[in-house]
Amino acid sequence: MISGAQMIIKCLEAEGVDTLFGYPGAAICPFYDKLYDSAIRHVLVRHEQNAAHAASGYARASGKPGVCVVTSGPGALNLITGIATAYMDSIPIIAITGQINLEQLGRDVFQEADITGACESITKHSYLVKDARELPRVFKEAFHVATTGRPGPVLIDIPVDVQLEEVDTEFRYPEKADILGYKPTTHGHPLQIKRALAAIEAAERPVICCGGGVVLSGAREEMTAFATNSGIPIVSTMMGIGVMPMHSPVYLGMIGSHGRSYANRAVREADLIILCGARVGDRAVAAPNQIAEQAKIIHIDIDPAEIGKNMHVDIPIVGDVRGVLKILAEKVKKTDRSEWIDRVIGYKKAFVPRGEDRTDFVEPRSFIRSLSGMMQEDAILVADPGQSQIWAAINFTQREGRFLTSGGLGTMGYSIPAGMGASIAKPRRQVVSVCGDGAFQMSMCELATVCACHVPLKIIVFDNARLGMVREVQDQLYGGRHCGTYMAGNPDFVRLSEAYGIPARYAANNAEAEKYAAEMLAAPGAFVLICRTDPDTPSI
Amino acid sequence: MSRYTLSVLVENQPGVLSKVVALFSRRGFNIHSLAVGPAHDETVSCITIVVNGDEHTVEQVEKQLNKIIPVIKVRNLGLPGEHISSGLALIKVQCEPERIEGLMQLARLFGAEAVDIASGVVTYKLAGETEKIENFADALKPYGIREIVRTGQIAIEKNGR
Repeated sequence: MISGAQMIIKCLEAEGVDTLFGYPGAAICPFYDKLYDSAIRHVLVRHEQNAAHAASGYARASGKPGVCVVTSGPGALNLITGIATAYMDSIPIIAITGQINLEQLGRDVFQEADITGACESITKHSYLVKDARELPRVFKEAFHVATTGRPGPVLIDIPVDVQLEEVDTEFRYPEKADILGYKPTTHGHPLQIKRALAAIEAAERPVICCGGGVVLSGAREEMTAFATNSGIPIVSTMMGIGVMPMHSPVYLGMIGSHGRSYANRAVREADLIILCGARVGDRAVAAPNQIAEQAKIIHIDIDPAEIGKNMHVDIPIVGDVRGVLKILAEKVKKTDRSEWIDRVIGYKKAFVPRGEDRTDFVEPRSFIRSLSGMMQEDAILVADPGQSQIWAAINFTQREGRFLTSGGLGTMGYSIPAGMGASIAKPRRQVVSVCGDGAFQMSMCELATVCACHVPLKIIVFDNARLGMVREVQDQLYGGRHCGTYMAGNPDFVRLSEAYGIPARYAANNAEAEKYAAEMLAAPGAFVLICRTDPDTPSI
Repeated sequence: MSRYTLSVLVENQPGVLSKVVALFSRRGFNIHSLAVGPAHDETVSCITIVVNGDEHTVEQVEKQLNKIIPVIKVRNLGLPGEHISSGLALIKVQCEPERIEGLMQLARLFGAEAVDIASGVVTYKLAGETEKIENFADALKPYGIREIVRTGQIAIEKNGR
């Protein structure tokens, strides 16, 4: 005899899961009871949303799916923003939710919520398990769906009586998932690849646009080979940051409304744009159809629904961007386009980055530039949406590291839990989370988790006592009428961090910020660095 | 705006229909009619959706439907006339005794069957394409329609395809 709860543990073990981010409750207690006997590590977060964010950070840093576990009703509903954040950025997470007794389902009993229904549009797939015997198949399918094709979150809702159900069967985990309607296309169509090669050869002013899909498919090497062999300059979306080492001369930087002007200019002047794992989001390309009129578009994506969704495409290639880039890198002919290359590199060289060190405040843009020189080659930088996200995205020089952020949904409060997840996945790598005082206060409860689990997470808070990005919008579009963006009542963040047992420093200017950053990076454990920031500092 | 018919084969599991319907509302697509029933074997259901939109919209609908895991296959059966389609209507009509002759004649013309006759009220059953059903309903109007119940259209590819 084996119980449903025991089967869940065995499924997770069979999938090689070593860490769970969770928050228990009555409807998931049978599972937690069996977790007691398991070697799987449980990280107790302080709010369910952060369990999903931590799983997301863990997944991004480790390349394995992140797993979070919560109870029914409010526990499950608190996950929603975290699940949606993962969905928008195509991050593989498995969300396990307890559910009230199967036989009481639909009667609005205590802590009941239709979580599979609520998550319908923000999960890649979801299951409500009604029979413990189905658990092995469901888990096998869930991990398969979450990690293959275009990755994404999968939800498994398990009623408490299904967890308690004793099944008279031997546990057998399926070797493979066989889902009739799920066969993602991974190999690019040879004919389309041939057309793409011809278009590349004919192009005078081509540009590669690298998106998050390149990171997800692990195609960094293939992308570098393709760019090198073809001699085509690269721009990236926010999600594509870090694929190309930024000091590479042909890397032009991030495009978009908050991107680098020279990168946007290269895209505008191109006659061929090779979109790789990028979905042409509105923040990356403001007027996609205008660009498509001027340039030929090759779009490589594993999700056929992304091709042609936001932009007219001339040559669609459905497939795993890694495999396609490998072929392109092998077959592409290097054409002399020195005039074009010189032109775009000229744009980049002529650009003077904004923001210089200050003595009255910490100038965030120049500080981020200094910080990138101080951090390890393979450091992981996690940024919270808002001004911090932009300051970090365009001023940090990525070399062998990673840049993690909530690019699609723009969820505030992401950087601390996601940084925590990333650090737990890669304990030996430097992980630095960057946020404003707004985002910090959305997830500062996780300082307790950081402390309890000895996570060596470094947190930089740009404190301007404002919701800076919203305030900037109010300045630009609403006549400077600052409504609801002044954060009155901010606590003393240094003392707050110290109350959690985490060393903290307050930097009032750039010189201090650099000094304390060195101290922070040398510290063995967690560290919080508060930077006094001028509210009038723009994001770009 | 044209009217396209999609035939969607899905695994017969709970919640599939809601996933399909939710997709339409979420992505802002318009459903004109919907019909669901078991397909060739009982583990598979067929959902026939008639959707209003242009070619680009319908292509997006197809692609988004394909992303739903229990969706096995999506076929675009094209515009009206490019496939065989049929729906069913039950129409309750007012009928004074002196007008019954004319009413019966009209029904014969359309091939509608009187399935229930009570005093002063006749219920007709008619199968056929949307246009035929609409024409029949129009022709019945002068008699006084009490109630119309219609199914969504079901559709199948023409011979040999």
